[in-house]
Amino acid sequence: MDLSLTDEQEFLREAARGALKRVDTVAAAREALEDESKRPDLWKTIVEAGWTGLLTSEDQGGAGLGLYDAMLVAQEAGRVLAPVPLVSTLPAATILDAADDQAAEVVAGGETRIAWLPAAPPTDQEPRWTSDPHRGVLRADLPTAELDGDAATLNGTVHWVPDAAQAEQLLVTASGPEGPVAVLVDATATGVTVEGLWRYDATRPLGHVTLKDVQGRVVQADETAIRRAWQVAQGLLAAEAVGTVDALLPIAIAYAKERHTFGRAIGSYQAVKHQLVEVLRLLENAKSLLIYAAWAFENAPGELALATAAARSGAEHALDVATRVQISVHGGIGATWEHDAPLYFRRAQLSRRLLGGASGATDRVAGELMAGVVPA
Amino acid sequence: MDLNDDPQQAAFRAQVRGWLDEHKAEAPIVLGEGQIEDEHERIEAWRGWQRKLAEGGLCGVTWPEEFGGAGKGPIEQVIVNQELARAKVPGALDFIGLGMMGPAIIVHGTEEQKRRYLGPMLHGDEVCCQLFSEPAAGSDLAGVTARAVEQEDGSFKISGQKVWTTNAQFSAFGVLLARTDADVPKHKGLTMFIVPMDAPGITIRGLRQISGEAEFNEVFLDDVHVPADTVLGQVGNGWGTALTVLMFERLSIGTTSIGYSAERFAAGVKSAPGAQEDPEVRQRLGHIGTEMIASRFAGHRLLSDLAGGQLPGPEFGLGKVTVVKSAIDAGDLIADVLGPDALDEGSEWGYMISFLPGLKSAGGTEEILRNTIGERVLGLPPEPRSDKGVPFSELKARENEKVA
Repeated sequence: MDLSLTDEQEFLREAARGALKRVDTVAAAREALEDESKRPDLWKTIVEAGWTGLLTSEDQGGAGLGLYDAMLVAQEAGRVLAPVPLVSTLPAATILDAADDQAAEVVAGGETRIAWLPAAPPTDQEPRWTSDPHRGVLRADLPTAELDGDAATLNGTVHWVPDAAQAEQLLVTASGPEGPVAVLVDATATGVTVEGLWRYDATRPLGHVTLKDVQGRVVQADETAIRRAWQVAQGLLAAEAVGTVDALLPIAIAYAKERHTFGRAIGSYQAVKHQLVEVLRLLENAKSLLIYAAWAFENAPGELALATAAARSGAEHALDVATRVQISVHGGIGATWEHDAPLYFRRAQLSRRLLGGASGATDRVAGELMAGVVPA
Repeated sequence: MDLNDDPQQAAFRAQVRGWLDEHKAEAPIVLGEGQIEDEHERIEAWRGWQRKLAEGGLCGVTWPEEFGGAGKGPIEQVIVNQELARAKVPGALDFIGLGMMGPAIIVHGTEEQKRRYLGPMLHGDEVCCQLFSEPAAGSDLAGVTARAVEQEDGSFKISGQKVWTTNAQFSAFGVLLARTDADVPKHKGLTMFIVPMDAPGITIRGLRQISGEAEFNEVFLDDVHVPADTVLGQVGNGWGTALTVLMFERLSIGTTSIGYSAERFAAGVKSAPGAQEDPEVRQRLGHIGTEMIASRFAGHRLLSDLAGGQLPGPEFGLGKVTVVKSAIDAGDLIADVLGPDALDEGSEWGYMISFLPGLKSAGGTEEILRNTIGERVLGLPPEPRSDKGVPFSELKARENEKVA
């Protein structure tokens, strides 16, 4: 039993922390709310650091690392609200890598910006592959693909796609005649419309992607690989959330020690103290769940859906509670732009609704458990 | 990232599993379906089973070899616990003696006390209970009021009331925390004793819980006379000895599973017609499952830390909070979907539902645990206290004034 970080992982974490320090991303998160152009483009940073190839095997030009390594980087990004396009790039990279596709190396090397269009695998209650609806609770259909050998013609819309407007390539999961197919599309191809969205959390650029008779190339990835992309994305979102909570808690603690009311530090009151301990409890639980997800990625593919869904559910719940407690501990000021607390709160609100949502992950945990999956 | 045993642990596990394969047919059924009905017979059968476990080297895993233990670490204790669970056989009858009192005697006892108590404890011949909590001193344990008055010959007379005493009705001895000096601040005037449970003046009464069962006892002491050599540690240093016991208690809780799991709860929910399709039920189960899985991996993290030589800190108590909270939520959900049947005595869930509210306070209330973690782990300032440095007698006088 050894779950400690290896020396290489410690190094990766430190390197990530260093790389993300070059820009004050928290300040930028605030400025970008009012002026879109203030959002720092960290693409160069992530390419230089080699993060685009983290999960790609070495013979395809990647680092051949595991999910935990990618989650370490995602935690560091979450810590400083850095707009690092991991959740769009890495799922695409895993599909291309699994397919031994010619584009795998280009994507791993960061020579092209690629966005993966999220596609949720079926559950015990939902037999279809689906995407997030524009609004409402009914899951949307995937785009359709008509196949002719390696060529595919795509039709449909996918909403709330991370980093869509910045991408040069799109990796689309579409409904083919015999199940889901992965199709690589040029973002400038005829029939592709990307509506860039600048929303509640300016650190997370999104887009609605519409495909009308778009020609693409089929990537020879099997259903397992396509499913795995979704699971990797869930794990990465969970890790970002954990990083954010990890950064928030000390800020709230410091304030609880420094601010006095009725002659004593507010952190001495149980009503405040217990809230902070609750954040610690949820944070530690979420860290344990990241370990489970990473372990399942390497050792137990049958548990990966459960593990990544549990990680997402637990981490986003921790993020929700942590951002609210931070506001509550800081009092009224925590709910104003005088403080950074609103930036973290906005992060929590938006991320909890993306890629199937935190509640979708929670639902999947229940479904996997009732389908008889037993966690290690 | 490795959940597997290292070669040494694997060898130990194989040895334990081999022993259990050979002997598990001899294990009595002491809990649940098919358990031996008569309490006395059940205890005696369990005692015999502990003796066998001890002979097989499965008791006192962490005790030094010179006291009959296996001289191993907490990881090996966990391996034994896991293999006992896997073989579906009970562990030792006297888990309190083996896990907490024995180790405390090893740390604080005299050579004579170690010789006298440890051997019979290990083999189940003499069970040992814990006489710490009182009706008005639980989370604030240093507030115990049981008095031990020193006699001219150096012996002591003890009077008071203890509560939550597991196994008292068949224990040979109890380790008891009493006040020997009320005129010093409360942590300072305490002394620990090893008291024979058949001494004149001791009355034991079962304490029925919500479930109707009496797993705990109240113990009344009325001028119980014990010789000087029953003092464990130093007179006036009972609090130091108590902290040792509580440290072993934390380790003991940390390495034992209470048998609840995400998959078991999911199966319970699924057994209710229509539950699997209900979105609200699924949300509730999903949160419960997530927390249960988190606590399982928190356990794995603890083992990894132990293997790296780290002892669990107070934050490990959060694992208990999580398990108890999600098991309470699970009982509630299962009763909602199954209906009143879930509450029946014969149901898989009735006992759990009744048992859990009390577990929330076991080993210290959740609120006190959150205080401790807030202060020791997060470094938050303590609440102002009115008992610091005040002689215990004065403290009590103040309480009485306020009441009047």
